[in-house]
Amino acid sequence: MKVTRALRKLRGSIHPQYFKGLTADAPITTMPAPAKLFVSMAQHLGAPAKPIVAKGDIVVQGQCIAEAAGFISAPVHAPASGKVLEVDTAPTPAGTMAPRIIIETDPQNTETQTLPPMPEWQKQPRETLLARIAEAGIAGMGGAGFPTRVKLSPPADKPIDTLIINGAECEPYLTADHRLMVEHSAGIVNGIRIICHLLEVKHVHVAIEENKPSAIEAMQQALEQLDGVEASVCILPTEYPQGAEKQQISMTTGREVPSGGLPMDVGCVVENVGTVLAVANAILEGLPLTHRVTTVTGHIVQTPQNVLAPIGTTYADLVAFCGGLTNPAAKVISGGPMMGMAQPSLEGSTTKTSSGLVFLEERRVHVYRSLPCIGCGRCIEACPMDLIPAAISYTVEGGDYDKAEALNILDCIECGCCAFVCPASRPLVQHFKLAKPKIIVKRRQAAAAKGTA
Amino acid sequence: MSEETVPIYTVSSAPHAHSGASVRGIMLDVIIALTPAMLAATYFFGLHAIRLLLVCVIGCVATEAACRKLMGRNLAIDDLSAVVTGILLAFNLPPSLPTGYALFGCVVAIAIAKQVFGGIGYNPFNPALIARVALLVSFPAAMTRWHSPLNPDRWTSLGWIDAATTATPLDLVKTAVTSGETLPFSWDGSMAMRFFVGNMDGCIGEVSALALLLGAAYLLWRRCISWHIPGTYIATVAILAGMLRVINPSANMPLTFHLLAGGLMLGALYMATDMTTSPLTKRGQIIYGIGCGLLTMVIRRWGGYPEGVSFAILLMNAVTPLINQYTQLGVYGHKA
Amino acid sequence: MLTILLTAGVIGGIAVLCASALALAAHCFAVYEDPRVGELEKCLPGVNCGACGYAGCSDYAKAIVAEEAGIDRCAPGGNDVLEALAAATGAAATTLEKMVALVHCNGTAENAKHRHAYNGIMDCQAAHQLAGGDMTCNYGCLGYGSCARVCPVDAIEINKNLAIVHPDLCIGCKACVASCPRNLISMVPASKKIHVLCSSADKGPIAKKACNVACIGCRICAKLDGDAFTMDGFLAKRNYDNDVTNPAVIEKCPGKCIVDTAPAPPAQPTEGQHA
Repeated sequence: MKVTRALRKLRGSIHPQYFKGLTADAPITTMPAPAKLFVSMAQHLGAPAKPIVAKGDIVVQGQCIAEAAGFISAPVHAPASGKVLEVDTAPTPAGTMAPRIIIETDPQNTETQTLPPMPEWQKQPRETLLARIAEAGIAGMGGAGFPTRVKLSPPADKPIDTLIINGAECEPYLTADHRLMVEHSAGIVNGIRIICHLLEVKHVHVAIEENKPSAIEAMQQALEQLDGVEASVCILPTEYPQGAEKQQISMTTGREVPSGGLPMDVGCVVENVGTVLAVANAILEGLPLTHRVTTVTGHIVQTPQNVLAPIGTTYADLVAFCGGLTNPAAKVISGGPMMGMAQPSLEGSTTKTSSGLVFLEERRVHVYRSLPCIGCGRCIEACPMDLIPAAISYTVEGGDYDKAEALNILDCIECGCCAFVCPASRPLVQHFKLAKPKIIVKRRQAAAAKGTA
Repeated sequence: MSEETVPIYTVSSAPHAHSGASVRGIMLDVIIALTPAMLAATYFFGLHAIRLLLVCVIGCVATEAACRKLMGRNLAIDDLSAVVTGILLAFNLPPSLPTGYALFGCVVAIAIAKQVFGGIGYNPFNPALIARVALLVSFPAAMTRWHSPLNPDRWTSLGWIDAATTATPLDLVKTAVTSGETLPFSWDGSMAMRFFVGNMDGCIGEVSALALLLGAAYLLWRRCISWHIPGTYIATVAILAGMLRVINPSANMPLTFHLLAGGLMLGALYMATDMTTSPLTKRGQIIYGIGCGLLTMVIRRWGGYPEGVSFAILLMNAVTPLINQYTQLGVYGHKA
Repeated sequence: MLTILLTAGVIGGIAVLCASALALAAHCFAVYEDPRVGELEKCLPGVNCGACGYAGCSDYAKAIVAEEAGIDRCAPGGNDVLEALAAATGAAATTLEKMVALVHCNGTAENAKHRHAYNGIMDCQAAHQLAGGDMTCNYGCLGYGSCARVCPVDAIEINKNLAIVHPDLCIGCKACVASCPRNLISMVPASKKIHVLCSSADKGPIAKKACNVACIGCRICAKLDGDAFTMDGFLAKRNYDNDVTNPAVIEKCPGKCIVDTAPAPPAQPTEGQHA
């Protein structure tokens, strides 16, 4: 099997402490459904799903409980059998409100519902396969949660020639993708085969960071089974953010996604390993996306591990499954410490994008102090997009969003490298996250005004 | 998780990990880097060096605290930046400068050059250099009154050592060149070595290139500075000095003299590299370094002052925002 | 003597030269402005707050002259300005009800609980973006002062983690209304002093758990004084078309969220001058 190395260097990067050893060698454990599941309808990018069950309904694992609300949306399936306790609304981590279905699980009810498997998938028309992927509720499991069906149906004027499988997992602490590659390499390769068929691509890069030799080896062996396409494992140097989509395309193909563009603009599709496995399961076994592997970790977790849990499991149940905490946590992060979201409580629950749950004790919590920028320029060196974070943050602070736009704030991928290195502890990423939506809204308004004029 | 005490978690924006770098840490690194030069200053100038260092550090920190209090801001003097300014200011003073003048310099550096603009991070000019230049133009006599290093009285006397009053090498060269006399030095290897170690007339911190280079190596290793500014600065001075020497050996000192005499090393390694007042991008830093080098040599060779490092750096500080404006990087995904 | 004359001559010459250059420039680059614009601008208060929808008072004056805008858009000026503009333009004057901003929340540090410790930019929008804000109540004031910063006349005070508009200072420009990520601020008639200081749409028990002075949706106020109070789901709303006829509502409100602000908010005992 061909092994390649990264074609380029990252324009900017950091070397955080990884702490992956806590869970890297822990096999995936399966968590039984907890007493209650809190299934959010906003698990993916786009419109939240519309619940189609009501309070008191009996649902079966795998049954569709909410349908997609538009093209960029995804349905949601019952992660376990039981009774619908409530259909209410709850705040999403982004601060908006979205519907939520609370299920009281029934351990006696072991019934499961699947879609008809498609062992002869090669003979199925493309549309049928895509419809199945949509029907199974698959959304990007790397973090953004972009509905996979949309990603796999690029418009005709965007020919795709390369599929990149993202197994970089550059976030510190997280090992869910690592374990998937080690334990489910065959399934991932099946998924690659299906996606290659759908996209009619001939080149596949499986991008893995150097610090996961076991995953590299497993994927290398599994890829031997893949015929008809030119596949290679691309070994990336261990530095953050190798897993960022645009960076990964440059590392593996040397191409640069144009500003404001998508990977398909340079003929690439990037899929997370978890998503690829979910695609294989949906087609070959008819399984909707109801479970995912979440790395529950941190130095204060009794037994940090990679847990295969039903979607909608509360953080409290997850950590209880891992033996609880040895010391009080000061910060709880859903996702990795670089891009994940800090949680206000353990009442939140997992979604299709929950790659990890990281518990930090007091001494590991970084406090943002917003001191004045001293102009050290470290953020510029660290920025993988070659932006000038220091200058942009000042323009945002001063409310000059036009200047921020001129400084290319919209190219920011929010990877967090700048804030990681900032000696003045400035909340740089928060500045960007605050300004970007406002600038995008302003742009849309300007475009709309132009259109009507 | 017990029911009665609901833990309060901290919620902040990502990233939740941090490199641990802090302003205080950077300033501490600079102080560590300046230690060899402080020791060298003490060795060569004795009690006067200790006096000036103490006066300037205490003066700067006190001024900083007073300003913060007057402005009603929190007393953020724990970032050690005033200590660094104090040490650098002391380094830029002649050994026998009276204490009152040094204190005046502290007030200028911190109150006028730094806090008036909003404190750390907002000052457009290097505070220590503003203070040095203010002293130089206000008290030219006191600021150009030197006494030789390794004076036997240096451990016992704090008084004026009039008998030993001399001139710096750059003064001698300037006088000779402007009056059309022959150059005052016979420059050879041993002389260069004497200058390199620091046995020459000058401000207390600028004399020992050896000590300054040691500290700079530490800063480079700690990634507090990069080679771009000092490298291009020193290289530009070297190239210009070499060219002038080749063109007219009778009126120009050799290359090594220009590198070792005066405040070039101190300026290039510690003053020009001040983060706040130098350009942000590497490309900008290279332009800035070359500009500093050019101006330094122009002032040394054709200007009215024997030494041009302070003015060169301050002038380049003034154009730093302009350099920042025109040296933005080609952002990923944008065609050049 | 000659030196003095020469000096005076040179300096005088420069003065004359500069003066003529200036005069020439003033003549050549003169921009014609309708004199009515200047006249109208004199009538306007000159705070450039933008309440009229234009970039400033001058811009608004131009818009009136160009007949793009009516004369009734200057909220800060109130009736005085309206009369002056009417006199200047010859348009008919109506009367304006003075409107002031009101923060519909009373969640001070003592009343409202925090859900988590927020660490980041001191800006309400930024705090709201992170897990929906650090208050247990999903609707109440976050107290990071975004409204106070946009207020052109410093009429908003952050007191104990709560934004309070001083009605006698407020000029009614509405700048704060848009600045609140939780839409807590609305314009109310300055003459009305009894308000529902809560915006929580949550059911009673949830609202009560989050804040000591929350509306629990008990409907008592709507029953006692249906003209002045209406219910919107679990939240009582003040109908400002009508005065409160039954002051007992304040006493009877179990959530203590109906408040009479007439005795003036703290430290501003100048109530009544606009009433």
